[in-house]
Amino acid sequence: MELLKKYPKLFQWLFLLIVFFALCFAIDVPETYKFIRGQAEFIKDPNQSTYILFGKEVRYYAFDNFWRLPPLLGWLPIWINDGLFFLLNEWMPMEFWDSATQEYKTRPLVLQISRNITAFMTFLIELIREILLGGVETIVAFTSWNFVSAYPWAKLPGLPWTIVAAGAAILAYKLSGKGLAIFAALVMIYISVFGQWKPSMQTLSFILVAAPLSFIFGLSLGVMAYKSKRVEKALYPILLVMQTMPQYAVLVPAMVLFGIGDHAAVIITMVVAIPPMILLTLIGLRGVSPEVIEAGKMSGCSNWQLLTEVLIPTARRDILIGVNQVIMVCFSMAVISAFIGAKGLGWNLLLALNQLNIGLALEAGLCISLIAILLDKMSLAWANKQTDYFGNLTFYQRYKNTIFFGGAVLIGAILAIFGSFFFKEGFNYLYEVPHNKGISTADFWNKGVDWIFDTFFVYIKAFNTWLITEVLQPMRALYLRMPAVATLVLVVGAGYIIGGIRSAFTVGGLTLFIALSPWWDRALVTTYMATFGVIISCTIGFIVGTLCQQNKYTTNFMLGVCDIFQTFPSFVYLIPVMMLFGVTDTSVLIAVIVYATIPATRYTIEGLRSVPAALHDAATMSGVTKLQRLFKIEFPLAFPHMMLGLNQTIVFALFMVIIGAFIGTEDLGQYILKALSDKAGGGKGLVLGICVAFIGLIFDNLIRTWVEKRKKHLGID
Amino acid sequence: MPMIIGLIVLVVIGLVFFMQSTDKSAKKAGDSAEPIVIPTHNWSSQVVMAYVIGGIFEANGNNVKYVPADSQAVYESIRIGDVTISHEVWESAFGKSFTTALDKGGILDWGDHEARTLEDMGYPDWVAAKCPGLPDWTALKNPDCAKNFVTPDSGGKGRMLEGPQTWHGDLIPQRIDALGLGDLWVVKFAGSADALWAELAAAKKEDRGTIIFNWTPNFTDGAGFTFIKFPPYTAGCRPEDGGDGKCGSPDGYLKKAVNADFPKTHPGAADIFKKMSFSTGQIGAMAALVDLDKMTHEDAAKKWLADNESVWKAWMN
Repeated sequence: MELLKKYPKLFQWLFLLIVFFALCFAIDVPETYKFIRGQAEFIKDPNQSTYILFGKEVRYYAFDNFWRLPPLLGWLPIWINDGLFFLLNEWMPMEFWDSATQEYKTRPLVLQISRNITAFMTFLIELIREILLGGVETIVAFTSWNFVSAYPWAKLPGLPWTIVAAGAAILAYKLSGKGLAIFAALVMIYISVFGQWKPSMQTLSFILVAAPLSFIFGLSLGVMAYKSKRVEKALYPILLVMQTMPQYAVLVPAMVLFGIGDHAAVIITMVVAIPPMILLTLIGLRGVSPEVIEAGKMSGCSNWQLLTEVLIPTARRDILIGVNQVIMVCFSMAVISAFIGAKGLGWNLLLALNQLNIGLALEAGLCISLIAILLDKMSLAWANKQTDYFGNLTFYQRYKNTIFFGGAVLIGAILAIFGSFFFKEGFNYLYEVPHNKGISTADFWNKGVDWIFDTFFVYIKAFNTWLITEVLQPMRALYLRMPAVATLVLVVGAGYIIGGIRSAFTVGGLTLFIALSPWWDRALVTTYMATFGVIISCTIGFIVGTLCQQNKYTTNFMLGVCDIFQTFPSFVYLIPVMMLFGVTDTSVLIAVIVYATIPATRYTIEGLRSVPAALHDAATMSGVTKLQRLFKIEFPLAFPHMMLGLNQTIVFALFMVIIGAFIGTEDLGQYILKALSDKAGGGKGLVLGICVAFIGLIFDNLIRTWVEKRKKHLGID
Repeated sequence: MPMIIGLIVLVVIGLVFFMQSTDKSAKKAGDSAEPIVIPTHNWSSQVVMAYVIGGIFEANGNNVKYVPADSQAVYESIRIGDVTISHEVWESAFGKSFTTALDKGGILDWGDHEARTLEDMGYPDWVAAKCPGLPDWTALKNPDCAKNFVTPDSGGKGRMLEGPQTWHGDLIPQRIDALGLGDLWVVKFAGSADALWAELAAAKKEDRGTIIFNWTPNFTDGAGFTFIKFPPYTAGCRPEDGGDGKCGSPDGYLKKAVNADFPKTHPGAADIFKKMSFSTGQIGAMAALVDLDKMTHEDAAKKWLADNESVWKAWMN
């Protein structure tokens, strides 16, 4: 009894585990139970049970309700599909004059509206693209195709790469100084010399549309949520789900609504990039102290002035983190959006991978990372820049940068014209280095992969066989062996012990949604892969982060590595991993671990950094050794922050498990991939995505609640 | 806030001009100057052929535009009018998507290519020694054969690597069970075509047996690839059509499809496209230019057009 009083939580956990295992042993696996490999749930089979709701027939294999709950939500995806189809194809048909065929055509209203929105998006993208690369579409937008065909001179010429590179360097110099200018110039030269200019500019052109639009929408929605409780309440659940929803699942409904092409890419990028922007705006505005607002009001600010002159500048730090997130997300979507028709680096990367040309894909991937880091640094510098007010500058001092840019344009143009005489065979290298005519290190990388394969193959194979037969397969079997009721009890119990009745209800509800969907087995497989990935990632991230944090230089180096890997498209390493480890779960998990270790490392470093220096000194003065200090002071204090890292690690791991479908998995991701090609896949893709998001949210809720309690207990924050 | 105001102004201007730009009623005799939208998918022969066809249209004086698209979803896009044509409709893989779209209306069947297609399970030629009796499917009944195809996660059975589930659902697992091979063989779904080629490359380096899903014409034809001879296909033999599933894949068509308005807006181009017919050899050559000679898709198309001028000039008359 003494013990029970001393450690009440411990006994609660023990009790929960005993109930869980008792349930697991009490409920036998039904004899007819079999993991559904293919799409059997969509095939008619006399063994299936059916029910009809809202006029939709749902078919499923019935088991004991303790073992697997019946898919009472099975109608939801079908219903969403039909709703979408109705909206797009039948609702409010209207007559439109089609000038091309000289006849009236009925088109449903929503389709027409969505096509008008996309036409405008396309216009913006093409405008930027043609400033950078040249073309006729912008002029076509103002005139017509006939006009352009009749007058071949009517097209934008596009900037030579020398001018864009010089412009980027001058802009970087103006924003931040020499260091960034050199980096900008190097990035641009790298892109050009390696022949990635055209695809890079194509990617850049849709990101230059998506990022500012996401910023504007995110900021204004954030401000609206700050001003009105009702808007906030409406937005909050969407924000939560979007944060853990795999980007991949957004593709399907977007494709149904907006079709394919660069505009659709912009739209899904915005859908993914806006939520973090809203969230960070809201956090920033909340943090503005009432005194500041009072001061603003006393100086006679109008509402608008209060917002633009007081609130936003004060909340600047968090809004900036939002901008950073927007840019990172935009680039992380560069490859994924290629699936719905975005041109540029992402598409080239997928084509290169299709030919197993890993080196070429690597070069394209590196371009994405470098441009992302450059834009990120430039936007940060821009936001941090203080405006200088000097009255007595000479004309030269005032317009120095403009003059230099003007000079660069002139020199670049002259060089390009000169080049057109010099390079006879059709490739003007001073204008644009054509795709794949630049230097390429692809052969080197491809040979490198071959070498690794030849040298280590025996060991890799032995390791792979061991891992699959001894660890992964049993682990997967254990997860699938859990009766649905036992899982529910475990999750609800954990929620109750950690966060009380409220938490228990939330996580219980989320789990129940997945259990009642037709994809419980699939969700279990997703969870098994994510758990394995998270455990390994956290171990690695924790150790590496702790070691690197001991020294300032290694810390910065590690954070830089994290930056690169976060924007580097994960598809590139899927292929070599697949060649080494085959089409197996090991390959997927290795990709998961590479990706999910980033947040684990980053948050460990930041957590340890956040321990106040005064405490270090105090500890040192009381005579603790370095190790003692680490274990007794730094770790306990940094732990809540590191747990938030765990949270991010889980989200990253889930994203990657879903992308693992490209290697070949048997989880929710496989069905999301399938939904992408399915004409009626919109609803399925969305509901599957929500299932994945809910898995993430269950862990998110538990960890956050625990962290908050722990922080209160430690007296920080 | 000048930025936001500026953006609003830009939006308004953009919309005004967009509205204007839709009024292109000045239709000339002959083909419209609107670009023909050609989809590109993620396999080499298709991309090269897209550029080849685009080149032919351009030689005819048409404007063309290329858009990357998913190979299943493209038929819906053609139906709505986002994409104008499709030049590789494979019977076995896309036949279903195509006919569904055909039933809904808005898309037209625009004739077959000369090339016939086959999509089925098969093996690279050097694997033949690991399973005597291939390519006849009965060789798979031999347990000594199956054990050469075991992988760590196949549970002691031989493993066949099928393409993504997207392509034909449960067809191959059902066939394996129907033919009574289920005790010896297990079918694993790969996630993408890349996964198939990676498996092919890895198996070759490792010199182990592999049976994968593949198709012809494809770039693998050059290195030697044999399809397993399953019992012949008859109409209605597949489980989805009510059959017992004990049959292989059909000798399939390779069709062309167009948006229903295309013949009206671009009568000249539509006529040329109707006449276009590529043979297996020509398609294989296009793929080989990229996959084996490592040219870019655009360059390969240019080279093909230059080398085969007599072929495509004939379609233009």
